[in-house]
Amino acid sequence: MMDKYAMRLWSVRNARWLARLYNGLESFLALLHPLFVRIGYERLDGYFLAVEKKIKGFLFDSQSCGQCTLKLTGMSCPMNCPKRLRNGPCGGVRPDGNCEVIPDMPCVWVVAWEGRRRLDPDLRAVRFVLPPADDRLKNTSAWLREVRKRHAHPEPVIPARNPGQQPGRHPEEHPGQHLEQHPVVHLEQSHAV
Amino acid sequence: MRFDDEPDPGENLPILPGHFSPGRLERVLRSGAFAVTAEVSPPDSADPEDVYERAAVFDGWVDAINATDGSGGNCHMSSVGVCSLLTRRGYAMILQMTCRDRNRISIQGDALGASAMGVANILCLTGDSVSNGDHPEAKAVFDLDCMTLLGTLRTMRDEGEYLSGRKIKSPPRVFLGAAINPFSPPHDFRPVRFAQKVVAGAQFVQTQYCFDIDRFKRYMQRVRDEGLHEQVFILAGVGPLASARAAEWIRTNVPGVFIPDACIDRLKGAKDQAQEGVEICKDVIGQLREIEGVHGVHIMAYRQEHRVPEIVAGSGILEGRTPWQPATAQAASGAA
Repeated sequence: MMDKYAMRLWSVRNARWLARLYNGLESFLALLHPLFVRIGYERLDGYFLAVEKKIKGFLFDSQSCGQCTLKLTGMSCPMNCPKRLRNGPCGGVRPDGNCEVIPDMPCVWVVAWEGRRRLDPDLRAVRFVLPPADDRLKNTSAWLREVRKRHAHPEPVIPARNPGQQPGRHPEEHPGQHLEQHPVVHLEQSHAV
Repeated sequence: MRFDDEPDPGENLPILPGHFSPGRLERVLRSGAFAVTAEVSPPDSADPEDVYERAAVFDGWVDAINATDGSGGNCHMSSVGVCSLLTRRGYAMILQMTCRDRNRISIQGDALGASAMGVANILCLTGDSVSNGDHPEAKAVFDLDCMTLLGTLRTMRDEGEYLSGRKIKSPPRVFLGAAINPFSPPHDFRPVRFAQKVVAGAQFVQTQYCFDIDRFKRYMQRVRDEGLHEQVFILAGVGPLASARAAEWIRTNVPGVFIPDACIDRLKGAKDQAQEGVEICKDVIGQLREIEGVHGVHIMAYRQEHRVPEIVAGSGILEGRTPWQPATAQAASGAA
């Protein structure tokens, strides 16, 4: 039997082209925006979610949080972390790099940072803080959300603010951003004591 | 060490210009003194005397006391409860707040409650998993993580708003802390993670137990390269090991604690292992003090709290100063 984490580890090893493919897919979907508007995003959501669950579930063990961070986390789904950490590994990572809670599972954040490094070798680029997961968005389509964001098309759910950001000092950040525009909060701008 | 404007009992002091909290810990750190903090383990009891007794061990030896929040996923008196009792006696408390047991509504409510009860420092932690605790069947919440917890409390304090944007009449004046573990993988990312916490709002950090000094030195080099030691105060975590067996047990069973073989061998070779544990701790403190960017130590002496005075006195880290202590303890010891 194949190791139950083999597929998601493969995806991280292949993060580079998967991220490009992912971006391409979103760009393609973005072209269909006028069509989506005519049909209605709400009516499409269930169908997209079903497809997303199959594909992302297979490749990344996606938990369908509806707020996909994959491109920022090296194509490793952080929602597989037993502590649901969205901003890096806890201090309990075992010496072999496995999870403290599930000893036979490689820490999703150790893996995420490896994948992230494949996408961007600059370690300092990891210094951003993602907002906590919005529970209302669970089991909705993250792809459609991304398309709506690209077209500034209003969502039924108003996104909550990101407490990790310096309010008023940084542009609104969301996990669906392109890698090239990753929301890095630089130390110089941080809260010096 | 008493400040001129210190009320009786101690906490809270007036907030100085440029300070964020009315706490003694922030004062001590900003004064440039080498700070000492310790950890009180909340009792399995509803009797306040049990809390007072546990804190009294540290009288005159530490600048602030951490109150743990269901550490290891085990149930004990809440850290808000412990801190509320002890701040009323004047102790400077560091409230440990984890994301395991409460969502963002509860977290923000507790921050206001704790601040109203005189808590001036909050240490923001993700929290241990429930699986290793005494209620492995419990639902783990983890609505926020340590980063967004830091950001949430900073938003409340600096913007005077909840995450929802609703106004807070009088914001919690808290000095924000975080935990860092320089010893667990992935090692080259750990300093980056520290930087993330600074971005998120950390103003002081306490580290996991330091036993592997060489690794810690390499870590601190990276921290200094990033200039983090000039932005936040770093308290290195230390503690006495009770015996070689205990050390081996901790190493195997407590996630995130790394103890080198040399340490365990030194304990094994000693006649009085508990005493040797104290000696190792003092040696470690001596080495940590020499590292640029270390602003103090955090002594975690679980079930060995009575050894903290010996460790502090023996390592000479207070450099002749006596941290605040309650008036009763002061009278008993005859100190000024």
